[in-house]
Amino acid sequence: MTEASPPTAALSVIGLRRSFGNLMAVDDVSFEVRPGEIVGLVGPNGAGKTTIINMILGVLEPTSGTIRIAGVDLARGRSQALAHTNFAAAHAPLPGNLTVEQNLRVFGMIYGVSRLRRRIETLLGEYDLLRHRRTKCGVLSSGEQTRVTLAKAMLNKPGLLLLDEPTASIDPATARDIRARIAAFAAEDRGGVLWTSHNMYEVAEVCHRVLFLAHGKVLLEGEPARLIQEHGADTLEDLFVSVAHESLQPETEAN
Amino acid sequence: MRASRTAAVVLRQFYLLRGSPVRLLPMIAWVAIDIVLWGFITRYLDTVTGPGLNFVGTLLGAVLLWDFLARVMQGVTTAFFEDVWSRNFLNMFASPLNISEYLSGLVITGVTTSLFGLAAMLILATLAFGLSFLAYGVAIVPFVLALFLTGIALGILGSAIVLRFGPASEWLIWPIPSVLSPFVGVFYPLSTLPGWMQAVAHGLAPSYVFEGMRSIVAGKGVPVTDLALGAGLALAYVVLACLAFARVYRYAIRTGLIARYSAESVS
Repeated sequence: MTEASPPTAALSVIGLRRSFGNLMAVDDVSFEVRPGEIVGLVGPNGAGKTTIINMILGVLEPTSGTIRIAGVDLARGRSQALAHTNFAAAHAPLPGNLTVEQNLRVFGMIYGVSRLRRRIETLLGEYDLLRHRRTKCGVLSSGEQTRVTLAKAMLNKPGLLLLDEPTASIDPATARDIRARIAAFAAEDRGGVLWTSHNMYEVAEVCHRVLFLAHGKVLLEGEPARLIQEHGADTLEDLFVSVAHESLQPETEAN
Repeated sequence: MRASRTAAVVLRQFYLLRGSPVRLLPMIAWVAIDIVLWGFITRYLDTVTGPGLNFVGTLLGAVLLWDFLARVMQGVTTAFFEDVWSRNFLNMFASPLNISEYLSGLVITGVTTSLFGLAAMLILATLAFGLSFLAYGVAIVPFVLALFLTGIALGILGSAIVLRFGPASEWLIWPIPSVLSPFVGVFYPLSTLPGWMQAVAHGLAPSYVFEGMRSIVAGKGVPVTDLALGAGLALAYVVLACLAFARVYRYAIRTGLIARYSAESVS
């Protein structure tokens, strides 16, 4: 009997570094996101989370290191690699002067979505956007805009979904619904998800694995429940606060 | 290169034009004002000068063609600025869309919108002032083509400048046609210019177009060599402008400028 080869990682990051002048924003970071896995990327402000996301999205070149998306080296096959991804970020709303449906159609074409019309209809229903389909995105509430951005991120059923604080501006009930949808996406469509958030309850609820980042380095990595237990913390938030505090100590002392 | 991605860029611009026809108005309004103004000036000049001089054919025709170049350039840059104004870079450039697909979309949009302006110009100049482009014969085709290509090249170059220096550099882009017009001899022969300006003019494709036009109106025939030079230069501009945009884009990726575009610089 031959052993089945492991599935290609949705994302493979190896020895990633990025400096801005003398500042090392990301320092030798390596991790993987497997198909169907939700990985939380957490850390204090300025830890390097968005820098990592930007490098994976191909809008920031690493100083060194390798990024492979679905086995494709991003540096060599940018377009091919990014065709396997999509993203939703609180700081990247869709153009406000197009309607919800127009935005989904334009980005659906960019991502090469087949049966686009049907896919848009499904997403409009799933993200409770049917009544807003002909509304310009710029006049939607921030929560509604977030739902449009998430619908756009799901257009191509990406092999790797990047979420930068996706529930930052939505009400708790909708946030819970969205978490459930993303969890279902990972479970059913086998998409890998890299999720940054400052909401530790959310991270503990949906993420299979968490990477704690500070000063551009991964300080801790593991399953949320196991990390809490191993470090004797009551909650992930307590662990986050203590890790963030400890990571700041040497700098404070040096100062 | 995937046609559907280029089509997506064009579709986005089509939605914007359809949703806000005000965007089309400048393509026609400024051109119409120029045609009316220069139409009356040339009509007046025709009445006060001796017979044999055709100011409608030379001046008004030149104004129309120069306006056309400016519209093509603005069509391309405005399509790019739509992404600047709506802070859409991250959505566009963090996608499988590549630079050639993106630029092709901008160029198709620019060319299409400028054709509206050209049609309005031709109708107004012909009906109101009796300008006939048929008088130039088939030579009008390479003339227009050379201006078309130059307009596209300037549009792409303008977009590259704004991508590199940020939204505030927009004001550098709009006056480019006005800055070039004294050098290319839109209204006068190049021999009118001092030596150093003539030297500059010989490196500019539109100079050959306007010299050629004057040659035809004066009954000296079509200067084929000049036309070929003009068209060749214009084609070279497009290639160079695309290379410049690609270079600036790579710089923006290397430094993280695209991800932090609203900050205008990475320092």
